[in-house]
Amino acid sequence: MNEFFVLMKTELMITAIIIFLLFAKIGGRMSNASLSGVTNLLLLATLLAGFLWPARGWLFGDMYYTDPLIVLEKAILIFGVLLIFLFAHRWLRAHQHLHEFYLLTLSALLGMCFMISSGNLLMFYLALELSTIPVAALCNFDLERKTSAEAALKMIMASAFSSGLLLLGISFVYGITGTISLQVMPAALGGSPLETAAFVLLFSGFAFKLSVVPFHLWTADVYEGSPVPVTSFLSVISKGSVAFVFITVLHKVFIPLYDAWYLALFVASVATMVIGNLFALRQQNIKRFLAFSSIAQVGFILLGMGGLESGIPVVVYFVLVYLFSNLGAFAVVSVISSASGREDISDYNGLYKTNPWLTWVMALSLFSLAGIPPTAGFFGKIFLLASGSESGNFTWVAIAALNMVVSLYYYLRIVRAMFMEKNDRPLEKIHAGLHANTALAVCLAGILLTGVIGSVYKIIDSLVY
Amino acid sequence: MDVGLKHMLFVSLALFFTGVYGFLTRRNLITMLMAAELMLNSVNLNFIAFNKYVWPGQLDGVFFTLFIIAIAAAEAAVAIAIIINLYRSFSSIDVEDADTLKY
Repeated sequence: MNEFFVLMKTELMITAIIIFLLFAKIGGRMSNASLSGVTNLLLLATLLAGFLWPARGWLFGDMYYTDPLIVLEKAILIFGVLLIFLFAHRWLRAHQHLHEFYLLTLSALLGMCFMISSGNLLMFYLALELSTIPVAALCNFDLERKTSAEAALKMIMASAFSSGLLLLGISFVYGITGTISLQVMPAALGGSPLETAAFVLLFSGFAFKLSVVPFHLWTADVYEGSPVPVTSFLSVISKGSVAFVFITVLHKVFIPLYDAWYLALFVASVATMVIGNLFALRQQNIKRFLAFSSIAQVGFILLGMGGLESGIPVVVYFVLVYLFSNLGAFAVVSVISSASGREDISDYNGLYKTNPWLTWVMALSLFSLAGIPPTAGFFGKIFLLASGSESGNFTWVAIAALNMVVSLYYYLRIVRAMFMEKNDRPLEKIHAGLHANTALAVCLAGILLTGVIGSVYKIIDSLVY
Repeated sequence: MDVGLKHMLFVSLALFFTGVYGFLTRRNLITMLMAAELMLNSVNLNFIAFNKYVWPGQLDGVFFTLFIIAIAAAEAAVAIAIIINLYRSFSSIDVEDADTLKY
């Protein structure tokens, strides 16, 4: 019984926040400002409590598994959600459905925690649905805007289709191996053609959630139509959680099918990097631009997954770096969008004249996404390339390096526009507020420090066994 | 004639690809949702067939089916809520009309 509370403390605390929010919704006497303050504090407590007694163990037979690495992965996701709550503070305070926003976001977060911890395909499927269905509702949160409704529609339809594919794959895996436990499965897999077919179906289910290229078509539309905080949730938290699970499934469960999945990763990763980059070049809307840039980043994450030796720590480290850089960019977009409602790249022309602080955060985030040396993104990319070159497939690494050069062009195009272009209708001086400024400062510190402090990677590496 | 695993798998895969075909060709959102449900139900059939014919000693497949039914209902509820909201702003549930977001 004691073990139950120790191992599941993160999930239990998130559930407690959800129950508190339900009571607050029914009671209805809290103002928006105090509600968001209390929720932020409780989430911060959850984040810190996760690090107390990080233990390893199983619960409910083989359903639930946790170890210190998983605790760290959950902490990364919770930290990201906390940052989103902080930088979206102004938008949230004015929203009339604040309780529902928190409820849906935290339900999705709960699903992600369970998904990372799942030791069984049934648990995995339930958690995956818990982490996607609330997000589809969240996409619709600008209730009066047409684009928001359309984004939610595309999200729910894409996720229904992808879960169909995923389930067909799971059913074949069950038919072949006779088990849905991820612990028993590797021993039961032998590498028959039917297993490969089942794996391809599972892979496409994951690829939908990660927006890997043949399955990326929903991404840009959903990102553009949703409110900015939801877009950042989708592009960082949701993607990061699926990446954590995907690499564990590949490296720990489907290891007998290594040849098949390596080839699948290679093809999908090259296609994802190239197409993500080519489409990012021609975008006019900043959210759409960040959508395609995040597609290209997923291509690099897949490259890191190819290395069996250091794949897991490298991917976890890169997701942490990606969280700081992408949330930094989205925080600026969110602050500007909630103050002025403008979301085109041309609106950012000459931003430095009126808002130097926002411009610096945005510029450093874009540098980090592009992988320019002093920032953390550079180290993340270096580790990914090193991990990808472990298997000796240097074609893959060379294509990735060329794509980094292409991506430099479009990231720097925005930096140049912000510092040097003139604007006839410049944005006025924006006061971001205390909450958003805290989030911006944390992102900036993360971008500058995560890479330079070498012990961050060492800690992650020491947690993998 | 005994009904065996092959027959069940044939039916379930036929149902699955009917679902895929319907999802990709239909323009009415409710019909698309029905097609997605068809895909999930064919997977249910698959699980039951594998459980009955290949692994009769256990209940994993049946449990999985029960959970898929419940999740499919939850997904349909959210999807229909979204479609109703879409109908309010677009006055149509034809997927061709929801085209404000494009390249």
